[in-house]
Amino acid sequence: MSDIKIPPGRVTPWHQTNWDWRAAGNFIGGGTGTGLLFFSTLAAGSADSYRIMALIALAFIGGGLTCVWLEIGKPFRAINVFFHPHTSWMTREGMVAVPVFLCGLAAAWFGGGIFVGMAALLGIVFLYCQGRILQASKGIPAWREPKIVPLILSTGFVEGAGLAAVLSAVLPGEGPRWLAGVLLGALILRRIAWTMYFKAVEQSGLPKKAMDVLRPFGAKFEMLGQLAPEILIVAGIFYGAVLPGLTLVAGLVAAASGWWLKYTIVARAAYNQGYALPVLPVRGQGEVKPGIKPGWTK
Amino acid sequence: MARYIMTVDLRRCIGCQTCTAACRHANATPPGVQWRKVLDIESGEFPDVRRSFVPVGCMHCGDPPCMHVCPSTATYQRADGLVGINYELCIGCGYCAVACPYQARYIVHKREFAYGDRPTEQEEARFDPNRMSVANKCTFCSDRVDLAKEKGLTPGVDPEVTPACVNSCIAGVLAFGDREDPNSNVSQLLAENQFFRMHEELGTDPGMYYIFDTK
Ligand code: SF4
Ligand code: SF4
Repeated sequence: MSDIKIPPGRVTPWHQTNWDWRAAGNFIGGGTGTGLLFFSTLAAGSADSYRIMALIALAFIGGGLTCVWLEIGKPFRAINVFFHPHTSWMTREGMVAVPVFLCGLAAAWFGGGIFVGMAALLGIVFLYCQGRILQASKGIPAWREPKIVPLILSTGFVEGAGLAAVLSAVLPGEGPRWLAGVLLGALILRRIAWTMYFKAVEQSGLPKKAMDVLRPFGAKFEMLGQLAPEILIVAGIFYGAVLPGLTLVAGLVAAASGWWLKYTIVARAAYNQGYALPVLPVRGQGEVKPGIKPGWTK
Repeated sequence: MARYIMTVDLRRCIGCQTCTAACRHANATPPGVQWRKVLDIESGEFPDVRRSFVPVGCMHCGDPPCMHVCPSTATYQRADGLVGINYELCIGCGYCAVACPYQARYIVHKREFAYGDRPTEQEEARFDPNRMSVANKCTFCSDRVDLAKEKGLTPGVDPEVTPACVNSCIAGVLAFGDREDPNSNVSQLLAENQFFRMHEELGTDPGMYYIFDTK
């Protein structure tokens, strides 16, 4: 983590310096890992395939958490993260991570059984905590919008289903043919969630610089991150026999677009609130004047 | 129970930054860290321009988002409303800093000095290793406020138990006291004047009240 230097006298929102790519890495690893843990229950063509998928999923979640550990100022006090389950979504995320790993490892060990379902469901709880972590960040307008929660959930589903589609194509045992349809469903859900999120921040207003990141990103994301994999999946359904790799490519693009989305929101659109005056004060002989909110779209 | 707040009379502030300097002296904050700072805001268009000087810092929110998100319980709220940080518990995750809508929190990982790469005598004497790599922010000089009971003094009235920035202000802009006591200096000021609180719409119940006109 870089030192926090607040520019003296700065009034308009500036980019926060507390959470960098390592924070984005946690959301990317967590979403992809929990999504994969969930969809591997459907996608694995054999017990061995499931084992591999579950272990890859845990590696993603573990990688994300390692990113956070590398970012905190006092890594050897990391155990203190468990102290505040009453209100802190970060504590709750940490607490859920423990059974996610235990159940995930048990599921991989046995290659089936009750742990598979438990790991999948706990993974979704972990993902939900990640969405709420962002929503509770009141100082960052692009994160605190409540519609970020469905966006984080649906993006995790897309990342997981995308990677599951890739892995089921390369691992032994044939995965179900309808997996492509599941991925398409997740993509449609994310399209709805993104549209709702973007409309909400447009309506409530954002720091201009955050909007300058999100608006051009949104245009590209809708084409490359949404439409492209959707077309590839539909093409795969019709032409899969001649071009068998279409669903695999769609899965890769879908997963990568989730990483792109999270990196953009967490690492690039993270402008803070800045300062505002609801009215301008009387000074000398002057009168009270309407207020100012510098650097905001609204 | 008391709820200590600060009032800021925006009609009086001249942007001299004496409060900023007093805070740095009282709390030995390193370069680049200003627990109390004064914004210099120019607004409007010629010929109708305005210049406003606005002291900001931790608002000691009544409903502090920094405390709710803190995973270690390092950030806490006292019964008198002051929001503090336990440096021994803090893991330096920075979550409080992204949760604070007032940009009031700092985390410093590397020692820096005002002049060159060696500390001054004062910087060496006041260096507190417990404050490295953990969150820190304005305390409303809680160490002074805490002496009030023992000394039989009143925060906001007696300088010894009043925040350093308030004591130092040359223009009588800043006042400190108990919002729950209708006879306190701050309650009187708020009764007589119009005021706002910054980003009140975010539901943080901030404890800095900006006076902008008489009633
Ligand atoms: S101003 Fe920021 S740091 Fe201070 S109490 Fe409010 S949220 Fe916490
Ligand atoms: S940096 Fe310290 S005070 Fe802030 S949220 Fe993390 S543990 Fe709590």
